[in-house]
Amino acid sequence: MGMRTDVTDDIGEELKRPAPHRGRRNWFWRVISESTQAKVGLGVLLFFIAIALLAPWIMPYDPRTSVGEPYEPPSWEHPLGLDDGGVDMVSLLIQGGRVSLVVGFAATLVAVLIGGGIGIIAGYFGGWSDSLLMRITDYFLVIPDLPLAIVVAAVWGPSLSHLIFVIALLLWTTTARIVRAQVKSVRERVYVRRAGSLGASDLRIVFRHVLPQIGPLLAANVVLTVAVAIFDETALTFLGLGDPTAITWGSIITFAFLRTAISAGAWWAVIPAGLCVAFVIMGCFWLGQAIEDALNPRLKVSYLSTRSFRVLKPAAPEDG
Amino acid sequence: MRRSDYLIKRAAFAIITVFVAITINFFLFRVLPGDAVRNLSRVPRASNELVNALKEQFGLDEPLWQQYVIYLNQLLHGNMGISFSNQQPVSENLKEALANTIPMAATGTVVAIIIGVSTGVFSAWRRGSKLDQVSTNAAIAFYSFPTQWLALVILIYLSPWFPSHGMSDPFLIDPTPWEHFVDVARHMFLPSLTFALTLYGEYTLIVRSAMLETLGEDYVLTARAKGLPQRRIVTRHAFRNALLPTTTLIALSLGYIVAGAILIETVFSWPGIGNAVYQAVTERDYPMLQGAFLVLTISVVFFNFIADVLYFKLDPRITE
Repeated sequence: MGMRTDVTDDIGEELKRPAPHRGRRNWFWRVISESTQAKVGLGVLLFFIAIALLAPWIMPYDPRTSVGEPYEPPSWEHPLGLDDGGVDMVSLLIQGGRVSLVVGFAATLVAVLIGGGIGIIAGYFGGWSDSLLMRITDYFLVIPDLPLAIVVAAVWGPSLSHLIFVIALLLWTTTARIVRAQVKSVRERVYVRRAGSLGASDLRIVFRHVLPQIGPLLAANVVLTVAVAIFDETALTFLGLGDPTAITWGSIITFAFLRTAISAGAWWAVIPAGLCVAFVIMGCFWLGQAIEDALNPRLKVSYLSTRSFRVLKPAAPEDG
Repeated sequence: MRRSDYLIKRAAFAIITVFVAITINFFLFRVLPGDAVRNLSRVPRASNELVNALKEQFGLDEPLWQQYVIYLNQLLHGNMGISFSNQQPVSENLKEALANTIPMAATGTVVAIIIGVSTGVFSAWRRGSKLDQVSTNAAIAFYSFPTQWLALVILIYLSPWFPSHGMSDPFLIDPTPWEHFVDVARHMFLPSLTFALTLYGEYTLIVRSAMLETLGEDYVLTARAKGLPQRRIVTRHAFRNALLPTTTLIALSLGYIVAGAILIETVFSWPGIGNAVYQAVTERDYPMLQGAFLVLTISVVFFNFIADVLYFKLDPRITE
């Protein structure tokens, strides 16, 4: 891989060498400043987070009080209409986003702690702990997520905190694999070994030398995990395994299904909630993808590309 | 490693995974409190004979570890207990449901793979073009839409033209085989369409990034230098190698197919295994839930094994 980047420097004049390393804390801003995709993704996420934080002040109506007729269509007063109980949809969406985001971030936090811990132990210490932990991870990776979550949640009973742990239980495996692979490769680098021979403790090596190195990849993983967690929340709630009293984006979609919004033709009770979920997931995806792309210099090379590389320009794409 | 060794290893992994799933299944339903959860013989409105027969079959008066052994033995004989809701053997119920799911899910998946592979290859080939941007962002959007929400949206806008409920028209009396086929196919249209749309986005993204990797390889540059036409380079050189990671990732996405089946069948009341899971959750039909979880896990593990074999066929290097 190292060889290949050298080769492309020779042939691709327009391929800019990435700016020299200005300390590892800068990597995030470098990714953001270099990629429009990352900017859009971060912007979308910050937008939804801001709305969730400001919810009590910007919610136009109370999300639990009826203010009109069931399924009243959109109007100036209620831009997204009312739901089956006559509750303002905009207020429902704001409140729902709040809870959905909390579930998404909390589940991700738990998943990353479990997955990161297992990945570090397996990758750093190697040996039997590595093979045992990775075996377990392999099995969990193959067992289908949603059915497992359904079984656990159905036996455990529906509640918001159960939901968070069930989702985390599904999502830790990817983090564990990624962290383990990274730790394994970083651990062998000369400076880490040097730190070890200078007498640094395992904990110090892990936190001072290994973790900062895998930071970017872990960040990409976290962002993508949030997306999956929010997706899973809507799915489990839809199957009746969420907290029946909580308002989330998932429960808004679920109630629209159960309470005949479809036959009433009340698109406003269904569509906005799904779009909110989709935008948050897309935001996570764009941001996560941009970070991953920045880490994989190989993707910058494409020998059939018609745009980025001067050496290939004369050949117009042919269709034959 | 020899050819047969590899296959034996993968087969052993598959069998152990199923075993792990069975074990999770057994203990999950028994360590948690609640007699109805634990006790397979508590079929509502069951006769004394049935209760006693179940108690004896599953050794419910024995200690836990002995019950486990008996449970394994009964599973090997295809006995999964009696459904709480219709008092039929769980295995019979599931057999029927699985037979209904397979044609619908397979149609949707095959369509998704065809669309996903062609748009993915095209996007990578014309990387950075307007079409690539449109196609990639559309793929990200469809990947982000919650499955049940997409199904509801399709239901709102397309249900006037296609049947939206169940698998066949109950008022069709004495249909000829051809009429029956057309009837089922019409009922299958909306769920299969939803299936294809919710899956294709992921496939596009997988194929696109796999293609981008191979297009950066030296052999693509060599092929260009030889003056081969672009189309030939894409199909013969880049795509063939991109097939390898694609098979693995599509195999790993089998969990999504299962999740899709559960959510989509619920919305369209398709009498398949996904709908059976939903019914089992809402009616607290634990033997059905356990059985469905096992059947879904075994199918995922089985197809994963098929993917391993296929991978082996595609890439003989794997034994080195």
